[in-house]
Amino acid sequence: MERRTFLKVGAAAGGTLLVPVFGNAIAAEELMNPMAVQFKKSLADAAMNAATKAGASYCDVRIGRYLNQFITTRDVNVENIVNTESSGVGVRVLANGAYGFVATNVMTPDAVADAARQAVAIARANARLQSEPVQLAPVKGVGEVAWATPFTKDWRTVPVKEKAEMLIAANKAGLAAGATFMTSMLFQVNQQKYFASTDGSYIDQDVHRLWSPFTATAVDKASGKFRTRDGLSSPAGMGYEFFDAQPRHKVRAAGGVTTLYHGAYDIVEDAKAAGRQAREKLTAKSVEPGKYDLVLSPEHLFLTIHESVGHATELDRVLGYEANYAGTSFATLDKWQSKKFKYGSDIVNFVADRTTPGSLGAVGYDDEGVPGKRWDIIKNGVLVNYQATRDQAHIIGEKESHGCSFADSWSSVQFQRMPNVSLAAGANKLTPDELVKDVKKGIYILGRGSYSIDQQRYNFQFGGQLFYEIKDGKITQQLGDVAYQANTQEFWNACTAMCDERDWRMGGSFFDGKGQPSQISAVSHGSSTTRFNGINVINTARKIA
Amino acid sequence: MKMLNQDDTKRITDKVLSLSKADECTVTIKGGRTGNIRYARNAVSTAGLVENTEIAISVAFGKKQGTASVNEFDDKSLEKAVRRAEDLARLAPENPEFMPTPAAVAFKSSSTFSAKTDAIDPEFRAQVAAYSIEACRKNKLVAAGFFTDESGFETIANSRGVFGHQQRTNVDFTCTVRTEDGRGSGWVRRDANDVSKFDARAASDVAIEKALRSVEAKALEPGRYTVILEPAATSDLMAYMFNSFDARSADEGRSFLAKQGGRNRLGDKLFDEQVNVWADPWHPDVPVLPWDAETMLAREKMDLIKNGKIAALNYSPFWAKKQGARAVGAPGNIVMAGGSKSTAELIASTKKGVLVTRTWYIRMVDPQSVLLTGLTRDGTFYIENGKIKHPIKNFRFNESPVTMLNNIDELGRPEILAGDESQFQLLIPAMRVRDFNFTSLSDAV
Repeated sequence: MERRTFLKVGAAAGGTLLVPVFGNAIAAEELMNPMAVQFKKSLADAAMNAATKAGASYCDVRIGRYLNQFITTRDVNVENIVNTESSGVGVRVLANGAYGFVATNVMTPDAVADAARQAVAIARANARLQSEPVQLAPVKGVGEVAWATPFTKDWRTVPVKEKAEMLIAANKAGLAAGATFMTSMLFQVNQQKYFASTDGSYIDQDVHRLWSPFTATAVDKASGKFRTRDGLSSPAGMGYEFFDAQPRHKVRAAGGVTTLYHGAYDIVEDAKAAGRQAREKLTAKSVEPGKYDLVLSPEHLFLTIHESVGHATELDRVLGYEANYAGTSFATLDKWQSKKFKYGSDIVNFVADRTTPGSLGAVGYDDEGVPGKRWDIIKNGVLVNYQATRDQAHIIGEKESHGCSFADSWSSVQFQRMPNVSLAAGANKLTPDELVKDVKKGIYILGRGSYSIDQQRYNFQFGGQLFYEIKDGKITQQLGDVAYQANTQEFWNACTAMCDERDWRMGGSFFDGKGQPSQISAVSHGSSTTRFNGINVINTARKIA
Repeated sequence: MKMLNQDDTKRITDKVLSLSKADECTVTIKGGRTGNIRYARNAVSTAGLVENTEIAISVAFGKKQGTASVNEFDDKSLEKAVRRAEDLARLAPENPEFMPTPAAVAFKSSSTFSAKTDAIDPEFRAQVAAYSIEACRKNKLVAAGFFTDESGFETIANSRGVFGHQQRTNVDFTCTVRTEDGRGSGWVRRDANDVSKFDARAASDVAIEKALRSVEAKALEPGRYTVILEPAATSDLMAYMFNSFDARSADEGRSFLAKQGGRNRLGDKLFDEQVNVWADPWHPDVPVLPWDAETMLAREKMDLIKNGKIAALNYSPFWAKKQGARAVGAPGNIVMAGGSKSTAELIASTKKGVLVTRTWYIRMVDPQSVLLTGLTRDGTFYIENGKIKHPIKNFRFNESPVTMLNNIDELGRPEILAGDESQFQLLIPAMRVRDFNFTSLSDAV
């Protein structure tokens, strides 16, 4: 589930504080000065020793320092800039076959030892309700190791002035091109995560991510109508070099309707196109409901993949652990065991991975100390595997975890979160323009719009940012009021063509919500432009009193 | 760290204010502990306790502002945060929309704290889970649920004399009960700030009954139906609509409350006359803090919709000054007037209709009309001649809460709720609504 608000990430700021800032926001040298590894190791040892002494059979300790910076702008003003820093320790134990978890922001050996003892007490209180003890798949301790997101330009060292000027330039470009209002944002995340466990691992990781969404709004006061066009950027697990877009990073959309991006992003150029396209949307032809062949761009399709494949193949959902909130899944164990459940057509192949550079889900190790890896989820249309954590691996006959356990903060307990789940590119040479040539009655959809799916991942509805009518192999005009509804299995079995590797790129979700208490997670999904035949399109125009 | 009391936070805010050399300084401290227990497949899956306290410091030199937040409270860390905020402010350009921080006001306290809730321990949480797990095992059903309790505080202070400190507590319980074969599912939600108003056993029984009644659901054609929407079925729809009650968006022509020609719809009748909605921080069932931490302005009891007419819009201090309006603290709760009938009594007076337990995954499709999409879930039933005739398959809907509140037949008794994705504490009734638009069927149970 994609959360519509930014939830915990912004919560530490104590409300929205209107702060226009130019210059370095937090003294860079302070941000660049992480906690000493030996200090973290000594805290982790204090917790693990206390837990073991109190009777825990297993203990892991996560010490986190989370630095976030958010800049929001409105038209030509920097509206808001928030720097947050949060540090603390989370201790998870197994005692009497049950989990216990306690987190504290007091980073002393005594406080973390006390947290460990409380976690054991919680585990014991819960053990009486267990029907079977927790079974952890083995993980070999890796000793003292480190991993960092590869990047060439650290966002923490880039002056805020430069970042704010980039957003204001984007807003000005959008306004000049036809938007009545522009808002833009820059989210920057640095997670300094230390993991230690009684398996013998001490893992120090430094994770960087960023995202720069914007919205162009065009208003026609005479008619009282307004329309928006959001940015087509993909959040990335990389450094600030993401904004140094070169011609090689620019992709021509089918029919040349707009420019798309791969590996780096030109926000000013995209904002200019958005201002013009938002204005065009005010007079776009309202769609005639019915069956259409849909041509879906990767910047749009990633969210459909996320909801209908990514979440549906999470093993905790399949088993019922999410039943009370995000739901279960139609992709049940019997379907997987049959080895012939046709999730999609023969050309549909999905791979899960934690290794693709630049993706949001790339890490060295998960929050159980399991190394990042890559594996098949759907092969030639058939469901072949799920996403599992240490305590789930035995259920699907695996000898080791898939490395899918994550927490969004030192104060949150780790649980099953999806890796990057991506649709493999087509095997045959095909460009987006060639794909469109073969479509008689269709709609080309770009960008993420509204999205909703049921609690077992059958029925979904998606909107988008840009909709273009395809008639007899040609893109003719912009359409409005478009959303499509389908059933997941029928939709993926209606997949008839996809472009090749040259067109493959990743979209991503920065704030994927799941769990109770709800946590966020960042994840990427790749695909190339893909065609689906005979999908039900509805008209979403409504009049209110 | 131990929970900070008013004396502790007064000392901290005084220290921070004295450390600041800026023209203005504002401080917000939030902290406390959150306990939780989560269960699924008739067993506890996770349980935890989190303690944390955070401070946010914002300073201004003239119209130049800077902000920093940390979760460390030693003298060195506080000084570091003040200097960090001041460094930012010195580098900042003037903000053309800068508004001075408000002057001191006496906040009238609200009863947001319960000692019983504050005393909840791991054994209590385990017992909450045990009620539904044991009852489900006995009935060959499968329980999944979540109980969380919070005990904390919020302190606000500024250099113009504002100081507010208040403790607050809250419990939230949700439980989904499914039949072993996965063909039936029921759900319940309960919220309270005082745990003595919460009955875990009774709540679990509601979910159990819905699960048992919901097996062998039949398909009903999508279309427009008279529906009885339980409070949990409308909570997120209402929250979406009230999120759009921003005066600036309406005045600028980019919300459903904008009028042709550039005015807003304040005073216009947009809903059925039965619709009366207000905010009240001192409401005994849904008390919230008497201030809005974002602006440090006091909240007031205020009508939002009066006899179907838009009675108030939210003005930020800047927009209020520009438009000649008065800014008050943004509401923290939403209270909607209802009737005296229970949901069962509403069913009894319904000839044909659909009963919806809850709605799920609601998203904005078109902000121009507040068109929302989402699905029914965990107990959808067909009503005929005043009785539930049989369970039906879940629907996807595409509907606007504006249209929904225009088509009200009758309102039931209000219930306390926190929405899945809402920032409001809600007290809203069940509603019987005509012509609710279901657009497709879902196979999900």
